[in-house]
Amino acid sequence: MTDLARIRNFSIIAHIDHGKSTLADRLIQFTGGLTDREMSDQVLDNMDIERERGITIKAQTVRLSYKAKDGQTYELNLMDTPGHVDFAYEVSRSLAACEGALLVVDAAQGVEAQTLANVYQSIEHDHEIVPVINKIDLPAAEPEKVRAEIEDIIGIDASEAVLASAKSGIGIEDILEAVVAKIPPPNGDRDAPLKAMLVDSWYDPYLGVVILVRVIDGVIRKGLNVKFMQGGTDHLVDRVGCFTPKRTDLPEIGPGEIGFITAQIKEVEQARVGDTITTVKGGATEALVGYKEVQPVVFCGMFPVDAADFEKLRESIAKLRLNDASFSFEMESSAALGFGFRCGFLGLLHLEIIQERLSREYDLDLITTAPSVVYRIQLGKSRNDDAREIMLHNPADYPDPSRIELIEEPWIKAVIYTPDEYLGSILKLCQDRRGIQTDLTYVGGRAQATYELPLNEVVFDFYDRLKSISRGYASFDYEQIGLREGDLVKMNILVNNEPVDALSMIVHRSVAEARGRHMCERLKDLIPRHLFKIPIQAAIGGKVVARETIAALRKDVTAKCYGGDISRKKKLLDKQKKGKARMREYGNVSIPQEAFIAALRMGDE
Amino acid sequence: MARALYIHWPFCLKKCPYCDFNSHVRDGVDTGRWQAALIADMRHEAALAGGEPLHSIFFGGGTPSLMPPSLVAALLAEAERLWGFAPDIEITLEANPSSVEAAKFASLALAGVNRVSLGLQALDDASLQFLGRLHDAAEGLAALEVAQRHFARVSFDLIYARPGQQADAWEAELRGALAYGTGHLSLYQLTIEPNTRFATDVRQGSFTPLDDDPAADLFTLTRQITAEAGIPAYEISNHARPGQESRHNRTYWRYQDYCGIGPGAHGRRGGSATLRHRKPENWIEAVERNGHGLREERSLPATEQASEALLMGLRLNEGVDLASFERRFGLSRLQMIDSRKRDLHQQLGLVWVDGARIGITAEGMPLLDALLADLVCENLVSA
Ligand SMILES: Nc1nc2c(ncn2[C@@H]2O[C@H](COP(=O)(O)OP(=O)(O)OP(=O)(O)O)[C@@H](O)[C@H]2O)c(=O)[nH]1
Ligand SMILES: C[S@@+](CC[C@H](N)C(=O)[O-])C[C@H]1O[C@@H](n2cnc3c(N)ncnc32)[C@H](O)[C@@H]1O
Ligand code: SF4
Ligand SMILES: [Mg+2]
Repeated sequence: MTDLARIRNFSIIAHIDHGKSTLADRLIQFTGGLTDREMSDQVLDNMDIERERGITIKAQTVRLSYKAKDGQTYELNLMDTPGHVDFAYEVSRSLAACEGALLVVDAAQGVEAQTLANVYQSIEHDHEIVPVINKIDLPAAEPEKVRAEIEDIIGIDASEAVLASAKSGIGIEDILEAVVAKIPPPNGDRDAPLKAMLVDSWYDPYLGVVILVRVIDGVIRKGLNVKFMQGGTDHLVDRVGCFTPKRTDLPEIGPGEIGFITAQIKEVEQARVGDTITTVKGGATEALVGYKEVQPVVFCGMFPVDAADFEKLRESIAKLRLNDASFSFEMESSAALGFGFRCGFLGLLHLEIIQERLSREYDLDLITTAPSVVYRIQLGKSRNDDAREIMLHNPADYPDPSRIELIEEPWIKAVIYTPDEYLGSILKLCQDRRGIQTDLTYVGGRAQATYELPLNEVVFDFYDRLKSISRGYASFDYEQIGLREGDLVKMNILVNNEPVDALSMIVHRSVAEARGRHMCERLKDLIPRHLFKIPIQAAIGGKVVARETIAALRKDVTAKCYGGDISRKKKLLDKQKKGKARMREYGNVSIPQEAFIAALRMGDE
Repeated sequence: MARALYIHWPFCLKKCPYCDFNSHVRDGVDTGRWQAALIADMRHEAALAGGEPLHSIFFGGGTPSLMPPSLVAALLAEAERLWGFAPDIEITLEANPSSVEAAKFASLALAGVNRVSLGLQALDDASLQFLGRLHDAAEGLAALEVAQRHFARVSFDLIYARPGQQADAWEAELRGALAYGTGHLSLYQLTIEPNTRFATDVRQGSFTPLDDDPAADLFTLTRQITAEAGIPAYEISNHARPGQESRHNRTYWRYQDYCGIGPGAHGRRGGSATLRHRKPENWIEAVERNGHGLREERSLPATEQASEALLMGLRLNEGVDLASFERRFGLSRLQMIDSRKRDLHQQLGLVWVDGARIGITAEGMPLLDALLADLVCENLVSA
């Protein structure tokens, strides 16, 4: 066991891409957790999708052993966290398990929205914050300006901020020394009844369900019978260890320490994050304060391209959920798309990532419908139904409009942080999206605008637009602020006079026409020309608000014969046929799956 | 039993920038060696698909007009010995219209060739230069004149729908071509094939191919003018006065058996597809080693045969007879043609149905590939 005084638990927090994972690499390397040969860039980002996109999605914990300049060897438990707002819950969990945080700020970008959001959370936990100004190797780095920003905007002392380059390995030892010197050791009582926080859980194909714990009091060791206080289940601990980042078995995890256990748990559901673990005999009586439950805010339908893949989709979604309890799913059926699932996500990036993992890791071809939010609808009395309230997750379930007395939609409070040259266009974007400005402040060449916005305008393509308007410099953070009444209608998209249910959406009446026109124009480019001309319409009820026409195909023929080489033409036919199998047919029009996806992702032009 | 024989001669003086045929530029081809190899390859086929006299022979390329006439004569003599010739056999040779080659026409005719297909490609110097051809317009026309003197049947090829080509310019060119009074014409729209110089040029923006819409207009115009001139289209790109159709090519389109010898040649015999080594060196070594140049011989399931028969047959104005396909492939009409799509396209005026026959209308022809993708049943297409 390690003496409490020689333990340090800290998270690395920052805005997206400011270099947390790269810094973690250097810390691991410096302390000898991995040899240079075992090392790779952002070694903790071990999911394929993390590696490809270069972002962290899941928080990771590593234990490092560091011999400090004072001659003592310290046990450092480092938690690398994601920077993207969709995964903010990962940060909050990690913070709850630590006594301090390394606040990484990009020396060229300065303080951004997630810097603030994460640091405020950390302050709420009474953490000691060690500021690190990273990427000082960049030509555009302005460390002194950023130091001032940290003091002005966040209001913490940055006079001793470490100047570092995670990439070139500058300042790494200084960071480790600052961690030892500034972050307080944990408290804890080895002899008190066991009290451990269930920080995270995931499914590992070899170990089964793995649980990350932070022990507050007492000790966890192999063979111990433990109780999950909230879940109410008992389990026998059969393995105890930590990641260095290699998995290493340990005899025990003592007070103040972070490590993992396995306990023959069948389903991740049983190991709910935020639960308190204690012993079955002589256990603690009072549970720790748990985490706030995360609620999905964006919904969409996911359907297999090939109806025969439905079962495979069901199994794959269930398996994925084992590692990501933050998304929800329930079965759904669509007239056009067949059977599939209505899934809920923490945000659009989360949606995109789940979709990509399903298609990649599970080899599924999916059609994803337009993202939507949850509406609350008051229905009036009808001949054979009482007045009642429904929650609408899916535009396809939109009720008979004559029965609707009131529709409410979720609103958010958005804080946008931007260099002030982009402010004008950003304010316009917010206005166009029905935003209400509640605050606008300037600090140094930067502006912070606070808006109340309807969430359905944000899931649409707000984030993409914001990024493109500001060339990636504006950052954005939001929280939900409840439901408000809105003049919302269902808009149908008709292709060759047939409604395409997967493309129907709920929109505010004031933006319906613009949205409809945009969608029709988009589809016009996305649907290949057919042998006949195709009208595309956007309609609210019976009223067409926008219309485009795709001209008929004029030429598609192989001009010449290659002697008796038929196989060439046959290959072409095979290819065309295979292409068709990936399409959905509406009113004799074959719509490629790519067209659905692209039409639904309307932001990027 | 195959009654058609294709012989591939893979050599050219220069590779044209649009061409992705199996053609190669080589110095010093050993014609003696090639003659022996082609004869060996021919014997192999005759042993498997002989028995009936040949109706047609086609020397294709590459540039078969580069073959010494004595080689052509030797091959024809051997073919006649192996199969026998039907009295009205059609023997076609593809020729490039240079003066050197025109000088050979007399001896080629003596060797037995009775039909030539001349690669004029265009009738003006600028276009010929764009197409990278070695001949100019005058030389081409002179070659045509010599050909018409020596062969009873002459056809020539033009490549149209060239970049920027206007309808009136093409109309004038086509009317000029019609004035030579040949019984047959092959009029191909320029296709940018992958892995050709033109494909690179287009990618680098050196020129832009004609858009599909104007190309479709040119296609319609071509059909109209040739029909008025009494030499209507009988296939997508082929036009003939009545009775002057290429019998050999019609064998492919009607999906009857044919033997194919020489590098890269394809054949269909007794429900099998044959394919020979493509590269000249590989082919000739294979023949010398094995006595034949076969690289692949695969028996085709009935479904695949049916899809081939449809995609070839529907190129012809005459369409296909589904009743005969039912007997031949043991599949019902409904298993071959998607009836819902057939009805839809019939309504659109792109497909015609006449009893058991089905075919593509003049309006449908420029859309054939798209129509096939709709009409041919899913289950016919190989997985
Ligand atoms: N020049 C320079 N680049 C750096 C430095 N640190 C990180 N980077 C680069 O910045 C990019 C983002 O680095 P990451 O470590 O993945 O950032 P992150 O904060 O973990 O990102 P998320 O986990 O997605 O929030 C990568 O391309 C790194 O190579 C640095 O000190 N200097
Ligand atoms: C085997 S090739 C040519 C035979 C002969 N070597 C010649 O060039 O005249 C047959 C014909 O196909 C046509 N052709 C070849 N490639 C083409 C392309 N990319 N687009 C259109 N027609 C093409 C030409 O008209 C050519 O004459
Ligand atoms: S077009 Fe004719 S001459 Fe030109 S490369 Fe092709 S086969 Fe040879
Ligand atoms: Mg990261």
